[in-house]
Formats: sequence, structure tokens, C-alpha cells
Amino acid sequence: MPSALINVPAKAKRGEIIEIKTLMSHIMETGYRRTATGEIIPRDIVTSFSCRYNGVEIFRMDLFPAIAANPFISFFIVAAESGKFEFDWIGDRGFSETASAFITVE
Amino acid sequence: MRFTRARTIAALLIAAGFVSDLAASEIRQAERRSGFSFMTPDTKAIQNDDTSNPGMLWVLDGEALWKNNANVTGKSCADCHNEASASMKGVAARYPAFDQALGRPVDLEQRINLCRVRHQQATPLPYESRDLLALTAYVAKQSRGVVIEAGGDPQLQPFVAKGHDLFMHRQGQLNLGCANCHDDNWDKHLAGSAITQGHPTGYPLYRLEWQSLGSLQRRMRNCMIGARAAAYDYGAPELVELELYLMSRARGMPIETPAVRP
Repeated sequence: MPSALINVPAKAKRGEIIEIKTLMSHIMETGYRRTATGEIIPRDIVTSFSCRYNGVEIFRMDLFPAIAANPFISFFIVAAESGKFEFDWIGDRGFSETASAFITVE
Repeated sequence: MRFTRARTIAALLIAAGFVSDLAASEIRQAERRSGFSFMTPDTKAIQNDDTSNPGMLWVLDGEALWKNNANVTGKSCADCHNEASASMKGVAARYPAFDQALGRPVDLEQRINLCRVRHQQATPLPYESRDLLALTAYVAKQSRGVVIEAGGDPQLQPFVAKGHDLFMHRQGQLNLGCANCHDDNWDKHLAGSAITQGHPTGYPLYRLEWQSLGSLQRRMRNCMIGARAAAYDYGAPELVELELYLMSRARGMPIETPAVRP
């Protein structure tokens, strides 16, 4: 049951700097661990995260095995116009999740 | 001569309460502190914001499971208990509670599984499975801020007493009882980590070390393994009695579920 928690302020003043916080449910298995019988546990991580603001990509990051489970990603942007934020997480084993949030800029 | 003198000194020390075994005393009401108060500001901030608290991911899953009726009876938790925000408020603050049919206390995880077996004809969920932790976290979160009142039931008294005995009892190769750390040395550190008073105010909780949510039983088993003792199995009556004692020891403190701990 992958699920995401998104925190985007519902309202902001034009030109205001706002913080966007995202938390994705994911085990982030490194691929370096072994089972009790010595077999490698295959890597299963989120490899990429991106955010679009009214269709334009404003933030992107690559993720690596050293990142803890349930990656929490926060970043700042300037609130320019009302509209929609779209978030995408892509990972191993065909992992692909999306979420969105709306903001009103006055 | 010397021997007699040593014995006299020992007797005096015992009389003065200097020997740590005899000095083991309960934490005074005014001195009780949640594990939260021992954490760094950064870790506190993770718990305080529901959109950064990873425990909320399990709460969200639990909410979906609460409404899920995929079992033989076609009944979901919500079909009997309705809105959890009303029906489950304060429940976690009263657990472990006495089960008449079993004649012994059961914790919240066991209650959820009993409900599944008795009323949904479903199989019990395994301990520490994501679904059981999610449902428990969802139920317990409804009691956030509610004051713990577990252990008040007179039928529970013998079990609280057994839990207390286990809390005081030295065990393992390191020969430590719970009380040796959590009553006597909670204001000190062990390998750089705060020892804390061991009040179970926020279970199931997200431990950064676990990178997952975990139950109070998992935490207690960790402690026992740390003292190099043989840990009781999940669901063992001894663990439930210890949970019960710890909850009654924390009576009056507010529930924080889902808490975050280092």
C-alpha cells in the first residue's frame, strides 16, 4: 500500500517563499544486505523524484541506496501563481507513484 | 576483627540505603518524563508535524484497513465500530485490558486479532506485520492526547503485580532488571543514548533505528536481547503483563501515538 504525505500551504502571497514537504512510503532496501543464508536481498529503492508546478518541472532529485526508508524530501520555491503541484516517484521493480496538491496565490 | 568491621560497615550501608538493589525506587509523579522530552529538537520536529512523521503512513494504511470488508462475513471494522475518531477515542489509553473469555489481559494488537477471529472469521495478523501495526496505529492514534488509565480494573491487579515482578527481576548474562536502568538511571546515558524512563506513551511508534513502525513488545524484546537474556516470544503472557505494568506505571501521561524515537 504505497502512500504519500504532502504538505503544501493552501494559500500564499505572490512572491512568497514557501516550503514543500513530501514523505513517501518505501522500504529503500539497499541491495547490500544479505539474508541469514547469505543470499543478497535485491535492491529496491526509489531512484528518482520530481515536482511540476503547473506543468513545468521545478525540482528533481536522484536517490541512492544510502537514503533511509520512507524518504522525506523538502524544498523551497517562490509562489508565483495559483495552480497545481504534481509529484512523481519512480523506483526499482516498476515502482511509480504520483500525488498532487493545489495552491491559491493572492 | 577486620571481618566484623567490614560486616558492620555493610550493615550501615544497607541501613542508609546505599546499596543500589535496595535503593531501587519508583520515579516520583512530578519527575515522570515521556521519552519525547529526551530527544533532540530535530527528532521532536519530525514527531510534531503529521506530514513529516513517518508513523502517519501506517495510520493512513490503518484507516483503509478499518473500512476493508474483504472477509467471509463481509463486515469491516467500521461496520460495527463506525467512526474510529469517536468509538476508538481513549481505547489505547485503557490497554492492555482484561478479556473475560481468556481470563487474562490482552494488549491492543491481541484485541484487534481477537476481533478479527471472533467477529470477522478472519485469520489473526502476524505480530509486527505491516497490517497489524497499521490497524493498531490507527486505533491508538484516536487516543492522542488522552491520559493513560490502564491497569485500574481490579481483575488486572494480579497481572500488574506479575509485570512489576518481571520489571524488577534481574535477567540475562548482564544480570539487569528493567528497573536498574529505567527507575534508577534514567537521567544518565548508555553509549551516548539517553536511557529514558521507559514510559510506553507512543506505541506503536516509528524508530529511526528500525526505519519502521514497531510495537511495545518489539521494544521490550530489544531491551531483553540487549541484556543478553532470552527474549519472550511475541504474544507471550509475560510480555503482556510487562506491557500492563508499564502502562499502569505511566498512568496520567498523555498518549502520543504514532510517536517518533531515535
